[in-house]
Amino acid sequence: MRNDIILRLVAKLLVPFMLLFALYVQFHGDFGPGGGFQAGVIAAAGIVFYALVFGLAAGQRLVPDRLVEVMLAAGVLLYAGVGMAGFALGGNYLDYFVLHADPVHGQHRGIFWVEAGVALTVAGVMLKLFYLFAGRGRHREDE
Amino acid sequence: MHVLLALMAATVVAMALQRNLFSVVVLFGIYSFLMATVLVALDAVDVAMTEAAVGAGVSTVLLLGALQLTGSREAKPLHRPLLPLALAVAVGGVLAYGSLGLPAFSDPQAPIHTHVAPRYLAEAVRETGVPNVVTAVLASYRGYDTLGETIVVFTAGAGVIALLRRRRKGRDR
Repeated sequence: MRNDIILRLVAKLLVPFMLLFALYVQFHGDFGPGGGFQAGVIAAAGIVFYALVFGLAAGQRLVPDRLVEVMLAAGVLLYAGVGMAGFALGGNYLDYFVLHADPVHGQHRGIFWVEAGVALTVAGVMLKLFYLFAGRGRHREDE
Repeated sequence: MHVLLALMAATVVAMALQRNLFSVVVLFGIYSFLMATVLVALDAVDVAMTEAAVGAGVSTVLLLGALQLTGSREAKPLHRPLLPLALAVAVGGVLAYGSLGLPAFSDPQAPIHTHVAPRYLAEAVRETGVPNVVTAVLASYRGYDTLGETIVVFTAGAGVIALLRRRRKGRDR
């Protein structure tokens, strides 16, 4: 599969657009359908597609295993951190109204960071699952 | 709508009859896309997007990866599955009977539409400045639920890592 020139070319053309679409879904989630979960899955799917065509090693060079594991935890910590920020600014846990002098702006800020946390964790988990499953078979063949 | 549901039912039956697991995975992807189309028809675009990306996209790849590790042919069952079949039909019948008691689809007087939903719809844009009410409810009003969901996803990932990760430290390094 790695030597199919059409597949390689199409993958090269498509993957940047998939990642761009993930960003669009992430940041346009306030206005259209989408949000952190969808964006995270689409971004992970783009990387998985790349790794399927160019090989697992190429995918892991693009997004290293260590980075994926950091993303996995960082997303949850970011989400929980937004909650703690509400505490620190004198509100309740996950209270976005206190995040900015203007409550509507505070809501925007809270939703933005919370969605970023969701996207990070979801993309991390999806990629990690793929790496683990794909890496397992490969490793056994090598032995 | 009925066409889509009929196609979904046909896909499920084909999946149950098929012995070649590779075909089952492909049928599973088809089922997910049909499900996504049904959700679009129900105006639940956010969920449809998730179903298409997770159900048809990522999980198909993961299932194919699992197939590569095992075999792609289902083993013959050891005995006739009459008792499980009867149980499944009975539970399905009970569920169908229970669904008769639900309010009709998009009934404005249904409990779910008279509780907090009107307040969300009326106040969300003013309170959060977010035109997509789904996002406002998920990230803001129901922030705790979404935090819990994120932790569930994280825990699932951590569990799989704990199970599948190769401990190679001290062996080849």
